[in-house]
Amino acid sequence: MSTMTIDERRAQALAEMPPYREPGVFSRGSRWVRSHIIQFCAAGALLFMFIPVFVVVLFSFNLPTGKYNYVWNQFSTSAWVNVWSDTEITNSLTISIEVALISTIVATVLGTLIAFAIGRHNFRGRGGTNLLIFMPMATPEVVMGSSLLTLFVLAQQEGSLGRITITIAHIMFSISFVVVTVKARIAGLDSRLEQAAMDLYADEKTTFAKVTFPLVLPGIVAAAMLAFSLSFDDFVITNFTSGQTVTFPMYIWGAAGRGIPPEANVVGAIMFGLALVVVLVPEIIRGVRKSRA
Amino acid sequence: MSEQTATTAAESSSTGGGADLHIIDVTKRFASFKAVDDLTLTIPAGSFFALLGPSGCGKTTTLRMVAGLEEPSEGRIIIGSEDVTHLKPYKRPVNTVFQSYALFPHLDIFENVAFGLRRSKRKDVRNEVEAMLELVELSTYARRKPTQLSGGQQQRVAVARALINKPEVLLLDEPLGALDLKLRRQMQIELKRIQTDVGITFVHVTHDQEEAMTMADTIAVMNAGGVEQMGAPMELYENPVTTFVANFLGQSNLIKGELTGKSGGDALIQVQGQRMAMPTSRVHSERDEVWVGVRPEKMQISRAGTPTDGENAVTGVVTDASYIGVSTQYLVNLPWGQEVGVFAQNLSTEGPLSAGDSVVLHWNPAHTFALDATQDAEAGAEKVEGDE
Repeated sequence: MSTMTIDERRAQALAEMPPYREPGVFSRGSRWVRSHIIQFCAAGALLFMFIPVFVVVLFSFNLPTGKYNYVWNQFSTSAWVNVWSDTEITNSLTISIEVALISTIVATVLGTLIAFAIGRHNFRGRGGTNLLIFMPMATPEVVMGSSLLTLFVLAQQEGSLGRITITIAHIMFSISFVVVTVKARIAGLDSRLEQAAMDLYADEKTTFAKVTFPLVLPGIVAAAMLAFSLSFDDFVITNFTSGQTVTFPMYIWGAAGRGIPPEANVVGAIMFGLALVVVLVPEIIRGVRKSRA
Repeated sequence: MSEQTATTAAESSSTGGGADLHIIDVTKRFASFKAVDDLTLTIPAGSFFALLGPSGCGKTTTLRMVAGLEEPSEGRIIIGSEDVTHLKPYKRPVNTVFQSYALFPHLDIFENVAFGLRRSKRKDVRNEVEAMLELVELSTYARRKPTQLSGGQQQRVAVARALINKPEVLLLDEPLGALDLKLRRQMQIELKRIQTDVGITFVHVTHDQEEAMTMADTIAVMNAGGVEQMGAPMELYENPVTTFVANFLGQSNLIKGELTGKSGGDALIQVQGQRMAMPTSRVHSERDEVWVGVRPEKMQISRAGTPTDGENAVTGVVTDASYIGVSTQYLVNLPWGQEVGVFAQNLSTEGPLSAGDSVVLHWNPAHTFALDATQDAEAGAEKVEGDE
């Protein structure tokens, strides 16, 4: 043994090894499936979520034969061309956007202030405030809508039901979502960053302006986007508080009975496109910046 | 680091030089807990000063009070000739390198470093920041975000961000705690070099005794809100005055003994019937009952019977010998049942002693120290290495 060279010893060890076996096609295939099963599930789930959107976009290019836009007939861009000529659509859309913008601004400002108060300060009634903030999210919309209507009627505002009452209602339920979103961001903020700013000659105001606010801002933007979309597509509460006013979701609901025109699909497709842009553009900008750095 | 950048830093700091920092009778209470208890320290201008102690000893609280992030319950803090005890952090001539750095994640490296200059409305921010980034060798990273940098690079940004403001005192809160060992060694040398270059007073908080000894001119060993002993690293190690210091800095063998008298400059001690001597300057006890202390590497180990004239000596039996290359670590059982540690260089040609060998341990009387026997012999012995 000791007289063998290293090469001889290696040859002997190789000869004593069990033979190498090629894995079969079947076992290789099943291994591939097993290791990719999560991807399959994810693709399936995404498909499930996006098929309705796809159908909406597809049927915006349809030329329906009757009043119902359910059966594919023929490709046409007429709905896209004529979308702003239907006054019912444009009026309701204007109201919805107006209400959504105002309620988003008010709810974001108030909600952010509440989030800072709850997240940063210990005061009497903090627990109670937290609970109150949570209530609108936990209450069924039907209950909230009907009680809001009762409130407005009790306040003898029955005659003025309309944009203002809708906006008030939307602000009310949006605030909770803003507070929760912004509060989470504030809770994740490292207090040492503010201490570091103070240590580097920034007084309280400058620290807030240069460190705290910029770091919380993504949370505030996310909250505003959430508030806008909640307001824009709310139906139940709006229906109770709108009086004679018709918002876009209410128009769709009404139109469903007598046949939704393809123009409604166009508005839906545009809204989806806008949402995509809002989400994707910052991502793309970030990507470009990173590749440049 | 090139010589050129070092000169730039030295020039740019010509206005600095630091100021004395006085902490006078400072106490800090949190609810019922006293984090810092009647602490008085003077840290001379331009020194590299370390506050060393286990977690919870009050060293970080002390630092935060100097920075203005905590307010003392009692006492005063004076920087140079200015009383800053109740000043807001942004009004103090002090900057901090935070533990885990606290870099602003939404700003790039350049803006992180420029933050202090922009607040004090300094002109020529650009050149100053560029010079500082060059000093810490991060010029090419100016437009990166902190999260795109490694731990060591982030650490250097944190130092640059504090140092660029030329504070009177730079505070470092466990600045190397998050780095791995190799990088830590490298940054220790780097920090020491920067301090020598800029000449600002550095106050460095750490629980790592080796880190403190490597970098600091003066170390204050803290325990339970107060200073146990303050001095140069060598002084603390060679001549500790409490059992806490003796055990927290390195290791010590502490043997029960009794002071019996004096002869010239020497104190005489009786240890288990054995007479020993030591310089009186190394006796730190008011009472006769003492712990007689010797560092393990100061003890020499020889086979029983070896003459030990003029030295302090005890006999024993080896219970364990671990050969670790540069030295051999022995555990030796003394006749009265106590076990002591000995580090011996591997000078002998006949190989190390082994378990069961009868030996005599002997050491120079000048390496002996005596501590008050009412103190806990185990105080400070627990290693706090890696405890963040």
